[in-house]
Order: sequence, then C-alpha cells, then structure tokens
Amino acid sequence: MVQPIEPSVAILAVWVVLYIYSMAGSIDFGASFWAMVYGNQQTQAGKIANRFLSPTWEVTNTILVLLVVMSVGFFPRAAYMLGNVLIVPVSVILLLITIRSSFMVFAYYVEGYQRLLQAVSGITALFIPALLISALPVTQGGFVQRADGRELLLFDKLVTSPSVYLYILFGLTSELFLAALFLADYSRESGDEEAYAAYRKHAIVFGPITLLVAVFTLYTLEPEAFWLLKRLQEFKVWYVWSILAFLIGYLALWWKTPGGKVGRPRVAVIAVAIQYAIATFAYGAAHLPYIIYPYLTVNEAFTQINTFYSLLKVFAMGLAILLPGFIIFWRLFMKDKRYLQGERRP
Amino acid sequence: MPMDTVTLARAFFGTSLAFHIIFATLGIGISAMVFLSEFLYWWKKDIHYSVMAKRWTKSVAILLGVAIPSGTIVAVQLSLLWPGFMKIVGQVISVPFQVEIFAFFLEALALSIYVYAADRLPPAFRVVSVFLVALGATASAVLITSANTWMNTPAGFTMRADGTITDVNPWKAFFNPSFFGSAYHVVVSALMTGAFVVVSVAAYRLLKDRREEEQSVHHKALLLSLVVAFIFSFLTAMSGHGSAQNLHRYSPEKLAAAEGLFETQRYAPLAVGGYVDYQKKEIRYGVEIPYMLSVLAGDRFDTEVKGLNDFPRETWPPAYTHTLFNVMVGLGMLLLVLAALGLYVYWRRKRGTRNWPEWLLRCLVAAGPLSMLAIEFGWIFSCSGRQPWTIYGIQTTAEAATKAENLGVLFVLFTLVYLFLATIVAVVMIRYFRRHPLAQDLHRLNRELGVNAHGPTH
Repeated sequence: MVQPIEPSVAILAVWVVLYIYSMAGSIDFGASFWAMVYGNQQTQAGKIANRFLSPTWEVTNTILVLLVVMSVGFFPRAAYMLGNVLIVPVSVILLLITIRSSFMVFAYYVEGYQRLLQAVSGITALFIPALLISALPVTQGGFVQRADGRELLLFDKLVTSPSVYLYILFGLTSELFLAALFLADYSRESGDEEAYAAYRKHAIVFGPITLLVAVFTLYTLEPEAFWLLKRLQEFKVWYVWSILAFLIGYLALWWKTPGGKVGRPRVAVIAVAIQYAIATFAYGAAHLPYIIYPYLTVNEAFTQINTFYSLLKVFAMGLAILLPGFIIFWRLFMKDKRYLQGERRP
Repeated sequence: MPMDTVTLARAFFGTSLAFHIIFATLGIGISAMVFLSEFLYWWKKDIHYSVMAKRWTKSVAILLGVAIPSGTIVAVQLSLLWPGFMKIVGQVISVPFQVEIFAFFLEALALSIYVYAADRLPPAFRVVSVFLVALGATASAVLITSANTWMNTPAGFTMRADGTITDVNPWKAFFNPSFFGSAYHVVVSALMTGAFVVVSVAAYRLLKDRREEEQSVHHKALLLSLVVAFIFSFLTAMSGHGSAQNLHRYSPEKLAAAEGLFETQRYAPLAVGGYVDYQKKEIRYGVEIPYMLSVLAGDRFDTEVKGLNDFPRETWPPAYTHTLFNVMVGLGMLLLVLAALGLYVYWRRKRGTRNWPEWLLRCLVAAGPLSMLAIEFGWIFSCSGRQPWTIYGIQTTAEAATKAENLGVLFVLFTLVYLFLATIVAVVMIRYFRRHPLAQDLHRLNRELGVNAHGPTH
C-alpha cells in the first residue's frame, strides 16, 4: 500500500511556519531588548530598533497565532495533548507576551514613564523566546508521563533539568544574536554607521557563543531523548553545511563593501538564516515520526483528510492574496529611506 | 465551596473573552468610524474630519496594543482550557480559524501602513488602507463567529458512537445554519458600539470644551456618530429578531430558557423581566405580553413555540439565561431610542445649530458604555444559553474541558493582569490626549494647510 503523503505535507508546512516564527520572533523580541539597552543613550541604536518594531510587531505576533492555528487544524491530537500538558508554561508565556506588547505600545504613547515602560517590555521580551523553546525538550521524551489515560507534565523534573536550561540558554543567545545581526543590517540600510557598529559588535560576540551553546545542548540531552541524538547522527552532513553557512555569515561581518565600509550585514543575515534553516529542518527530520515522543506520531495526530485539503487551499489562497500586501509593507518599512531615516512620531 | 475544574475553566475562559471582546469590538467599530471620517474628509475637504480620523486612529492603535495580545491569549487558551473541544474543532471547523489568520494579517499590515506610512501615500491610498483595517477587523469577527455559530448549530460532519468523526465537510461546517444571521448581528452590533463610543466621547467633550473651533469639531463628530449609531442600532435590533427566529428553529430550548417558557404552545406570551424559577416551573415577577413570543418566533400569532418541558431536565440551559436575554434586548432597545431621540432633538432645534441641550448630552455620555455592556451580555447569553453543551447535542462542556488541576492560580493571575491592563489603557489614553489636546492638532493642521500648495481648495 502506498503511504499517504498528506501528513508529511502538513508537518512540513507547520515546520516551515515554525522556522519563520522562530526567526521573526527572535528578531522581534530581541529588538525589544536592544531597544531597551540603547533606550537613553546618545546613539540612534535604540531609535532604530523601535523604528523597526513599531510597524512589524503585530505582523510577527500574527505568525505565532498562525502557528497555533495550523497545529490545531493539521494535528488536532497534538494540540489536545500539548494543551493538556503545557497549560502552565504556555500561560506564563502568554502573560509575558501580553505585558511586553502592551507596554511597548504604551511606551510609544506616554511621555514621562517611557524608560520604565520600555524596560518592562524589553525584559519580558528577553524571556519569551527562551521559554518558547523549552517546549522542544518536552516533546523529546522524559518529561511527560501517561497515567490513567491522560498525559501529565513532570513539572519538577522539567525545572530541575540542566538540559532544559541549556535549551533556554540557546533560545536566549539565539535571540540576542539574530536580533543584533538583523538590526546591524537595518542600521546599515538606514545609513547609520554608528548604530551599525554597535549592533555588529553584539553579533560578533553572540554568534560563536550561540553555536557553542547549541552543540553543548545536543550533547547533554536527557537519557530519554537519546533516540533523538542517535537519529541526529544520521543528519551529520546537514550540520556541517549549517556550520559552514554560519562561518560565511560570520566572516561577512568583516568583508569590505565597494564603498570601503566594514562588513556586509545583508550577506551575513541571509547566510545565518540559511544556517538556522538547515539546522532546524535537520532537527525536525530527526524528530520524525514523533510529535511527542513516545506518545504521538505525525500520522496518529493527523486531522480529517477533507479538512486538510480545505486548510491547504485556504492557506495557499490567503498567501497569494496577501503577498502584494507583504511586498508593499516590506518596501515601506524596510527599504524606504524616508521611513528609515525619518524622525517621525505619530 | 471550591469550584470544580469545568466551572473554573468556564469562568477563566469567559473572563479572557469578556476582556478581549471589548478591544476587538472597538477595533472594528472605531476603525470603521475612522474610515468614515477619512472618507468625509476626502469628499468634503473639511479638515475637521481629518483631525477626527487622526485622533481616533491614535486610540485604535493604543487599543490594539491590548487587543492583539489578548486575542492571542484567547486563541491559545482555546487549546489549553478546552483540549477536548479543540480535538473536534481541529478536525471539522479549523477553516474559519485559518482564514481569520489572514484577516488578522490584513488588519496588521494595513494598520501599520495607515499609521506609519500615511504621509508617504497618496490621499486615496490612505482611505483604502484604513478601509482595509476595518475590513480585516470585521472579517476576523465574522470568521470567529462562524466557529461560534457552529458550536450552536453544528453541521458538516457525523460523529460515530465511539466518538470518531467521519464525513467531514469543512465548508458545510463553516456555513452552518446560524452563520449568516449571527455574523451579521455581530458585525452591525460592533459598528453600533464603535459609533456609540464616539457619541459618548463627543458628548462629554461638548459638555467640557467651550472654545469655538473645538465645539465645532465635537459637534460634527457627535452628529456623524449619532447617525451611524442610529442606523446600526436599528439594524442590530432587526438582526436580533432574525437571531431569535433562528433559535426557534435550531436551538428551541435556548429560546424557551430565554423566555422562561415551560409548556409547548401556540399563541405563546413574551415574558419581560422577572426571573425564572426552575423548581416551580414559572416566571416570577415578570410581565407577560400576550402572543408576542409566537410572533417573535415565527411572525404569526399561532406559531407553536417549544417549552422546556419537552426537553430532559439535565439539558436545560441555566435559569439566568432569561435575565441575560432581557438585559441584552433591553439595552439594545434603550440605545435605539437614545440615538433616535438625539437626532430628533437636533432636527427640531433648527438644523446647523450647535446647541445640544445639556440633559441630552448627559444621557448620550452613557451610550458607549451601555452599548459595550449589551455586547457582553449578548455573548454571555449566546454561550451560557448553550449549556450544558459546548457543541450543541455533540459534546458537553465537561467533556471539552481540560483535566489539569490548579487552574485557580492561573485564573487569578490572568484576571489581575486584565484589571491592571484595563487601568493602564485608561491612564495612557487620558494622558496622551491631555498632552495632545485637540487645539494643538487643529493649530498644526491649519498651519500645514496654510503652506501646503496641495491643500484643499473649495
């Protein structure tokens, strides 16, 4: 019998969105943190971070909701199990997201308490990706126990596991690295070399740290997750490519531009995006067929076939209709010099 | 008495939703008002409309700072608090959620473009972008309503005795029998609420602000919003009638509970006020209007309306459904009368005059909050009137709820955050508009127009 391909298409689609959100979310939340760091200094670095955040944070947030909705639609049983298991950590994340987003908006509109509001949103933002990524070890085994027909999170084990803290550390450093790198490029695009230099410096520091933490994380997995490590060995070549992409991106921070400026941040951003893509998809492929090890596989969690096709059609149509919107958006806020260099406040 | 997990989950989710819909409703209603005034500005070239649009947009942007994360909370909490429900939702009715994401994207993109790029766009494009904001917000509401109406009148699948689901038709689920009626009701009532909130603020400012040009702006805002509020409160009332007929057809016990009707009968009376006593099976202290319930249900005196006695006792909706229904309808009627009264008084006192009587303005200040309250009661009526079901006739709320314990702590935590945010939003709004008074905006615009060769001419 030919194996149905639909569940694989669905998990691939979810994984693509997850990858996009992990990048966009890291940059978004990280930018909030950097905006706070440079909040009251003479450089334009903080202003540039805020200028990037103001129009984009809502769109980024929507990608998160898309991820949740896609998981529920394509893999209802996974949503069921994760919903039951992760209620406490996810609730904490939700509260942090709420405080971060609303305070960021408030900081924009209230003069006087700006520093305080910005500090609150910057610090909460720092922790969100770190906590989000802690869902990964939960799906790898060892933290969920099945007792009388339902799954329970072993909360004590989760909060005392060094492996989980390494994941969190990886989330943190990734966020700071990706945001700094992206903002370096955004500063260059804005023609602000001073801010560029500041963000470039952070990217140079956090790049290698992130890579080291990632390697370290993989080799300190919980014993229950050794199956994953074994599977990951099969994808060794992918990780070689991933590290190669990182090196290219990292070195690009020293390449000279035709104009004699130091560093090609755009090349660096693209190379690092490729680095994360390769690593993420190798990880995802190794994780298969399990969504939650060892309780739920992709095929078991899969939705009704008619629903799958309707969702897929809606997804394709929605993207096609909105694509011009995204392009206009990109040009107005990522390319237009009048916005990038402007001093506008609403 | 400690609450059981199901009750706690209901209270928790209800609180999140009650909080979110304030911001979601205003997101639709006020952005629609911004669109109208942008349109009027483009048409009449009266800069007062441009000033209004600018200032209302600021409040939309501040409100969205809470609307978006609170919407995210609601979206995720569906899976956290109702995993059993979402297991069926995922298989049958996930399409509207997926489409809603794109409406959400549309709104987020268009709003950012309108707020941060308006000055780099041609004027017509500005009107288009704010129209897309309102469209995106409205579409989100329609799509979420689709999922909600599917809970009330499930369609598009068959459930076997063992709980497995077959014969799924996602579009039949999407366009379930009560979808069109309810979606329409939700949209017009949101537009009504947005208008009434503007009515409230304009009336309040008219009472406070005594300067000539400010008065003129508030006057225009009040007149515009009163007209919109009147039209949409009328449409809301009419669509409410349609919704009642829908209940009659598809969820008769909900209508019976809303009206405290126990015996199935023709020529059924409409009970107003009082409370329903399930022990004695009667309405206490209510006023009965003969035949009106039959008319409401089927436009005929002899329509047979089902009573609660026809249904097993354990599937009766809670007794307070009647009260929720009464408050919702009562507020709706009151608002319609208020808007009509406002316009009537204005018309009587010579057109063009700006002298609104003070007593009227005082009444109108209350309109916005009352309208919001009516929306809240409507949603609570729709959802608690469906009890004990989450999906009518298919899944009970107890089956849908999470099995997790210790919800209490989270509930308290979230409630505190909601209260805190509500307070801060109010403070931020007040501070912002104090720091940027209308006079300042008027002054700046007048100056800009003075030097701007492309300014309006007429």
